[in-house]
Amino acid sequence: MSELTSAAGRAWVFGDAVDTDVLAPGHLMKLPAEELATHCLEAIRPEFSRAVRPGDVVVAGRSFGIGSSREQAAVSLKLLGVGAVLALSYARIFWRNALNLGLPALVIPDATRIAEGDQVTVDVAAGRVDNRTTGESWQIPPLPPHLLRIVEVGGLMPYLKSRYGRAAASAAALTGRQSG
Amino acid sequence: MGLTLAEKIIARAAGTVSVAPGDLVTVRVDLAMAHDSSGPRRWRPRLEELGAGLWDPERVVIVSDHYVPAVDLASAEILQGVRKFVADYGVRHFYDMQGICHVILPEHGHLKPGMLVAGGDSHSPTGGAFGCYMAGFGATDMLGIVVTGETWMDVPHTIRVDWNGAFTSGVTAKDIMLFLCRALGMDNASRVIEYGGSTIEAMEMEQRMVLCNMAAELGADTGIIAPDAKTLAHIRAHGGEVEDDALDWRSDEDARYLGRHAFDAAALAPQVAAPHSPANSAPAVDHAGIRIDQAYIGACVGAKLDDLTMAAEILRGRKIAPGVRLLVAPASTMVTRAASETGVLGALLEAGAVLLPSGCGACAGMGAGLLADGDVCISTTNRNFKGRMGNPGASVYLASPYSVAAAAVAGHIVDPREMLAERAGRA
Repeated sequence: MSELTSAAGRAWVFGDAVDTDVLAPGHLMKLPAEELATHCLEAIRPEFSRAVRPGDVVVAGRSFGIGSSREQAAVSLKLLGVGAVLALSYARIFWRNALNLGLPALVIPDATRIAEGDQVTVDVAAGRVDNRTTGESWQIPPLPPHLLRIVEVGGLMPYLKSRYGRAAASAAALTGRQSG
Repeated sequence: MGLTLAEKIIARAAGTVSVAPGDLVTVRVDLAMAHDSSGPRRWRPRLEELGAGLWDPERVVIVSDHYVPAVDLASAEILQGVRKFVADYGVRHFYDMQGICHVILPEHGHLKPGMLVAGGDSHSPTGGAFGCYMAGFGATDMLGIVVTGETWMDVPHTIRVDWNGAFTSGVTAKDIMLFLCRALGMDNASRVIEYGGSTIEAMEMEQRMVLCNMAAELGADTGIIAPDAKTLAHIRAHGGEVEDDALDWRSDEDARYLGRHAFDAAALAPQVAAPHSPANSAPAVDHAGIRIDQAYIGACVGAKLDDLTMAAEILRGRKIAPGVRLLVAPASTMVTRAASETGVLGALLEAGAVLLPSGCGACAGMGAGLLADGDVCISTTNRNFKGRMGNPGASVYLASPYSVAAAAVAGHIVDPREMLAERAGRA
C-alpha cells in the first residue's frame, strides 16, 4: 500500500464533537503552523502534541471537527504526523479540509471498538482497518474515487497542479507540504 | 418527484435538471467570499505556486473582519497583505474593516435567491436567509474554487423545520436555534435545514439570518429559507438587483424531505446554552442565578441592528451591575451608524456598555474581549466550545440579546421576560 494512503500506529481515542477550537485554538491562529500544531487538542489532552508519533491514528465519535472552517484544525494533525482519522462521522468542512490536505479521514462504524493505545493500521485505498492489538479488522466504506485520487496525490494542491498548473506536480508537493 | 429548494439550486449550478441526495456533482459557483483569516493570506502562496489567477475577480468578495483593526504587528501585516492581494488580483468587491462578512454580503446586495455561493467561513450558511445555497469551505477548498470557479458536492438531504405561531415577548430566533441545537443535535452533516412556517414568514430578514447562521451549529451543510416579498425588498433596499420571478425559488409541493419537524413558537421560552456546547441548552430559568463577569454582544449572529435594538429594550434607563463588563461589537459600521441614528447606541452606552470595533472580535478568540481563566461570560455569539473566546478555563453561556442584556443588568443569568414585563408594567 502507498505511503500516502496508509497509516500504522497507536490509537488516540476521543469522544463526540471534538471541535475546531480544541484542534486549533482561535487566539493562536496568528502563530506559524508548526507552532500552532503544538497546541492541538491541548485543552482536552495536554500531552497529545508531545506524545503523538508519526503514523498514529486519531479515533473519535460523532461530528469530529465541528465548528470553524479553519483548515489549521486538519493542518495541525497532519503536521504532528497523524496518519489517519477514524470517526463515526465528521463535520462536513473538516472532512473536506482533511482530504484536501491529504489527511485520510474515514468513517468507521466500529470506531468504539478501538481502545486507547491499540496498534492500528489503515489502508485507505483498500478501505481496510486492522486492530493489531485485538486482531479485529474492518472493511470500511471507501472514499469516492475522485476523493481517493486527491488523497493519493497528497491533497488538492498537487491535484490542481497536475490539472491546472503550468508546473508539473513536484516531489515536494507530493509529500503534501502546504504553505500556511 | 419534486425537488427541494436546495436541490433546485444545486441542479441549476450543476447544469442539470434534477439531482437527488447522495449524487456527486460538480457545480459552478456564482459567488465566492473569503475573509482576512481564511482568504488572501492562504491563497497567495498557492496561487503563485500554481501560476494561476482568480477565475473571475468580479465574482469574488473579500472582507477583512477577523484581525480588525490591527492590534499587533502580525495582524497589521495580515491586513496589509489583504489590501495588496485585492489590488494585485483585481478584486473590486473588498470591504476593509467595515464589518463581518456574513452581514456585509447582504448589506451590499451581493446575495439573491437561486445563487450558489461558497464562503470561506463556517457561518456562511447565513446567506441561506436570502434563498441562496451558501455553504462554508476551508482555505484550500476555496483556493480550488477561486481558481476554477467550480467545486464538487455530494447532494445533501433536506430536513424541513417549521415554526408556527407568534413568539411571546422576549423570545427570538436565537432562542429557536439554541433549542434546535438540543432538539436536533449537532451531527447533521450532509443535510440542509429548510426553515418555514408562519413564525419565519413573520420574521424580518435579520432574524432569518440567525436561523441560517446557526445551521452551522446543527452541523448542517447549510440552512435555507425560500424568498418572499420581504427578501426581495431587502435585496433591493441594499443595492441588489432582483427580478420578481426570483420568488419561484422554492421547494416543490411534492419535494422529498429526509425529515420534517414542526414546533410551536408560542410555547418557546428564552434559552441559554451552558458550556461547552451550543447543544447544552435549556430554558434560561434553569440557569438563573449564575453569576457573570462579562456580557458580550457581538458576532455575525448577534450584533445586527435588530440585536442591538433588543438589548437596548432591556438596557434603556437601566445600568449594568457593578463588576460586570458589557462589551458591544456591532456587526458592521453600517449597524453602528444606524444604531446611533435610532438612539439604540446611546441607550447601550448610557447603561455602561463599552463599544468595540466591528469585526469577529472575541467570538473568534481573536479580537478585544477575550476571557481570563475562570471568567464567566454570557454572549450573543453562536459557539461556546472550550477555549472559543480565548481561555479554555473560561465559561461561556450563549443566549439572545435580550438575555445577555438582562444578565448584564442583574449581574447573573435571568429570564429576560421579567425585566421586559417590569418595563411594560411601568409604561
